[in-house]
Amino acid sequence: MSTQTELANQAAALAVKAQEVALLAQRAAEAAAPMAAAAQPFLLLLTIFLMACFVGYYVVWSVTPALHSPLMGVTNAISSVIVVGAILAAAGAESGTARFFGFLAVVLASVNIFGGFLVTRRMLSMFQKKKG
Amino acid sequence: MTTIATLAYLAASVLFILALRGLSHPETSRQGNLYGMIGMGVAVVATILNSGMDFGGFVLIVAGLALGGGIGAVVASRIQMTALPQLVAAFHSLVGMAAVFVAAAALYSPQSFGIGEPGNIKTASLLEMSLGLAIGAITFSGSVIAFLKLDGRMSGAPITFANQHKLNAVLGGVLLLLVFLFVLTGSPFLFWVIAILAFALGFLLIIPIGGADMPVVVSMLNSYSGWAAAGIGFTIGNLLLIITGALVGASGAILSYIMCKGMNRSIINVLLGGFGSEGGAAAAGGGGERAPVKAGSPEDAAFIMKNASKIIVVPGYGMAVAQAQQVLREMADLLKKEGAEIKYAIHPVAGRMPGHMNVLLAEANVPYDEVFELEEINPEFAEADVAYVIGANDVTNPAAKTDKSSPIYGMPILDVEKAKTVFFVKRGMASGYAGVENELFYRPNTMMLFGDAKKVTQEIVQALQR
Repeated sequence: MSTQTELANQAAALAVKAQEVALLAQRAAEAAAPMAAAAQPFLLLLTIFLMACFVGYYVVWSVTPALHSPLMGVTNAISSVIVVGAILAAAGAESGTARFFGFLAVVLASVNIFGGFLVTRRMLSMFQKKKG
Repeated sequence: MTTIATLAYLAASVLFILALRGLSHPETSRQGNLYGMIGMGVAVVATILNSGMDFGGFVLIVAGLALGGGIGAVVASRIQMTALPQLVAAFHSLVGMAAVFVAAAALYSPQSFGIGEPGNIKTASLLEMSLGLAIGAITFSGSVIAFLKLDGRMSGAPITFANQHKLNAVLGGVLLLLVFLFVLTGSPFLFWVIAILAFALGFLLIIPIGGADMPVVVSMLNSYSGWAAAGIGFTIGNLLLIITGALVGASGAILSYIMCKGMNRSIINVLLGGFGSEGGAAAAGGGGERAPVKAGSPEDAAFIMKNASKIIVVPGYGMAVAQAQQVLREMADLLKKEGAEIKYAIHPVAGRMPGHMNVLLAEANVPYDEVFELEEINPEFAEADVAYVIGANDVTNPAAKTDKSSPIYGMPILDVEKAKTVFFVKRGMASGYAGVENELFYRPNTMMLFGDAKKVTQEIVQALQR
């Protein structure tokens, strides 16, 4: 009889402990949730970044060595896609300083965009096959 | 960010990949370049439409695009093709600086990019921002030095001093520590200290690297400019920047690898610099008795080449310096009329940037199907009557295959020695960039044509016309 009550008491004590653990876990989960939520988009960006590295790797190995100079011209031009960030900064009206930096970045990046694509076009127009 | 803007960015990414893909063959390359331009147009328009900017902002951006675009267009249409390497270096510096400015804008106006409020920016964004900033600043100052060296405004000789590498390592360590503190505090003061230190580091990293190692440096800075763009992409959570940055970063890294392999040197060895600075190796030169050098006149060369049936031309940086590519093609045309077959052999590291020689020959209307890479052309030297080496030296030196103590040992070379007659167009007997003497000069089947590359070739043309 006494053993039964003892067991029951122990079970009750365990139940209380389990409840406490559950509560702790819940708190931990609540605390971790924003972190996980923040990590989610970063992991997505990181995935895309790594995939793009692989695409770049295979595409660039297929470039013929004769066109390595135009390759530098093109990559130079497209890396100026940073202009997207510059435009967002220059357009945002919140801070004059940011607008100023954004404007400077727009100017520098567009020198590259136009210069890069045009000089590449000039180079490529020279590569001609043997006539006849 | 609206769905339409995201889709526009995706389209731009695909167009950029197609632009690179087009470069696999000259036929498709022009189309590829067009794809690149369209992609950039799509990206810019989508960003402007999606930013919800006011009229003042719109005017500011259009003014910026027109100003920068105008400068870029003028420079690109006026630049001489021999000056291409310094132009590319200058362009890289602009990407680096633009990255620094965008990082600064994100610091002062984080709400524009949805990464927090001023003084309370997300920790992850601060880390990404400082990385984009540091890589951008290193790209900027490194490219400025590369530009000055390539443009001849600064000596191409390596600048070295005691404890140089220790200083760089310490500076790198301090930079990392500052990035850590910046991520904890988000202090604008630390932001600018990081910028200044990174500028200094970029400067110090490039000054010890000599002129002929510039193909590696230019490729590496190309890669850095991509990683800087990707870093900014992470900061402001923009997919297009991340994808494009990764493409450019990978491209530059592959080019650096190809250039290093062309010299049989590790990237570390190139970056530590100082190569070719000591004149000591040149004096050693193997020692012993040497047959006298046989110097010839342009008339002799013209006579021999007139009777040759297969001629391989090996151009190097000296041809670019002398601007000899046009007259070289004239010579080739005359020899073709005499019935000779002409081919051009390009070493991977000829010139001051990857593919430099190919562009110069193309500019002189040499058809690209007469121009060959090292692996393709090397077996053909044995059946060539003449190898015409114009402005190249180290890349033909057989010591790279035989002399284990030579600094260029193991470097792939063009086998010009196997041709029946070898002409070297050179200004004098000076050794090449690596400071190694070329034993080919003393071979009985070698004839030296001393003088300016353009002048000598011109005289051969005149002799052929007679």
